[in-house]
Amino acid sequence: MPNTDKLAKKLQELKKLAEESGLDVTEELSQLETKVKTASQSEQVWKRVELARHPDRPYALDYIERIFDDFIELHGDRYFADDPAIVGGLGFLNGRPVTIIANQKGRTLKENIFRNHGMANPEGYRKALRLAKQAEKFHRPIVTFVDTSGAYPGLGAEERGIGEAIARNLREFSQLKTPIVCVIIGEGGSGGALGICVGDKIYMLENAVYSVISPEGCASILLRDSTKAKDAAVMLRITSGDLLDFKVVNGLIDEPEGGAHLDKDGAAQRIKEVLVRELDDLCSRNPSVLVRYRNLKIRKIGHWNEGTE
Amino acid sequence: MSAENVPCPSCGATHDPQAIDAALKTCPSCGYHYRMEPMDRIAYIADPGSFVEFSANLRSLNPIDLAGYEEKLSEAEKKARMKEAVITGTCTIENKNVVLGLMSFTFMGGSMGSVVGEKVSRALLKGADERLPVIIYATSGGARMQEGIFSLMQMAKTASAAAELDKAGVPFFIVLCDPTTGGVTASFAMLADVTLAEPGALIGFAGPRVIEGTIRQKLPEGFQRAEFQLEKGFVDRIVPRKEQRALLSRLIDLHTCGCGA
Repeated sequence: MPNTDKLAKKLQELKKLAEESGLDVTEELSQLETKVKTASQSEQVWKRVELARHPDRPYALDYIERIFDDFIELHGDRYFADDPAIVGGLGFLNGRPVTIIANQKGRTLKENIFRNHGMANPEGYRKALRLAKQAEKFHRPIVTFVDTSGAYPGLGAEERGIGEAIARNLREFSQLKTPIVCVIIGEGGSGGALGICVGDKIYMLENAVYSVISPEGCASILLRDSTKAKDAAVMLRITSGDLLDFKVVNGLIDEPEGGAHLDKDGAAQRIKEVLVRELDDLCSRNPSVLVRYRNLKIRKIGHWNEGTE
Repeated sequence: MSAENVPCPSCGATHDPQAIDAALKTCPSCGYHYRMEPMDRIAYIADPGSFVEFSANLRSLNPIDLAGYEEKLSEAEKKARMKEAVITGTCTIENKNVVLGLMSFTFMGGSMGSVVGEKVSRALLKGADERLPVIIYATSGGARMQEGIFSLMQMAKTASAAAELDKAGVPFFIVLCDPTTGGVTASFAMLADVTLAEPGALIGFAGPRVIEGTIRQKLPEGFQRAEFQLEKGFVDRIVPRKEQRALLSRLIDLHTCGCGA
């Protein structure tokens, strides 16, 4: 039994005891109740973080092979290298040609070394932009799958301008005259995720998370205690439900019972239905109008008070 | 940063604070650039009395209901004597009209939350609308995590506004100051037509400690400094403070239409 369930049970017993004995412990009880509620919320949020990072969770290529026909991967940024942490290519979605760009994690140690644990270098973002521009040129819509703990904080990444690469993608993706649908399938980690997550429609899988900083990073900076990641995860409001409430994402995609890893085909089918529906709609619109709305939407995000003199 | 009779962190020489101020907060001996507040910068960049602030009263809310954020903001306000981490306005530089934005590292590490993102975006859009060159002095530790996902979205917002300025064909100049990292580097700060940097400024995406933690070794001397970024091709020029006003003025002239239209 999870700790919070035990606590809740104990609380019920206390309540009963208080009633029977006629003692007034209302205040104590309500304090305890709040504590139990917070703890159980924290456990629920952390369960989602664990699901988003689950070692069996479907990664981009698992979905790509199930959703698209005739996927052809294209490689390289034409400047430096090919970055296996971001895959890109062409395929058909129900007969419609599309460009696919996605973060790719590895499942085995060997794969993870090859994919750099899904943490892209600048060339990954530059490859993404090259393929996105190519998509615009040939009037192909773009689908992105976001799943990374973040861009790679390494020596070479800095030397080759990871900041510049992400910045350029944000600007260029905001202006692409072709429909873009982004789906956060696992971890949406900070700028590294955002670098391929600017589009007309942003969806999130039910157990995906999207955050400006990892719970661990936030815990060590804000709470000055890296072991308090669970608390930080609650504070940061990173679950799909939070992001939908914040109107940062357009919609959620339900996962099969217990998480996407328990039924990869089912999860892929649900994503596919959303993509087909959204692209049917977006492709019928004037691309210049799409760009205008995309930017109006981006520029509205944020909370401030205009203030007075 | 107060430099009162403290030896220069670069050369060790001790100077009268007034001498350091007179040298635009640089070391009179070696030229080391101390960090500088926006109001002090306006004094040496803009024509006297020409700066008119806009969007002055935008204030942060607490979008993810984070405990203690409001208090943190009031502390920052007192410490930096600014209402937010960026100040934006119009001014003239040698009688040429520009939009000028300046960030303060003293205000919560110059972090970009909703207000910083909005003010920077408005500055860029004003430049596009009124065809005024936009100059931004950047210094920031990155996104303001106290605003959660909303701070991340300010990267997309400022990049979108920078695209608008770009399409309008109006010049955008950035001056990268110590330090400029994280979400500000990965958005508007890397999207200018001309990218300038102050000597010695730390410029990068990931902070040095994060990189050291990843690669488990010490970073080479000078890594991510302005001089390194110049060598790697991400900065056009390194410009000492005393030369900035003249250079910006010349750049504005050089970005007026050269075809005589």
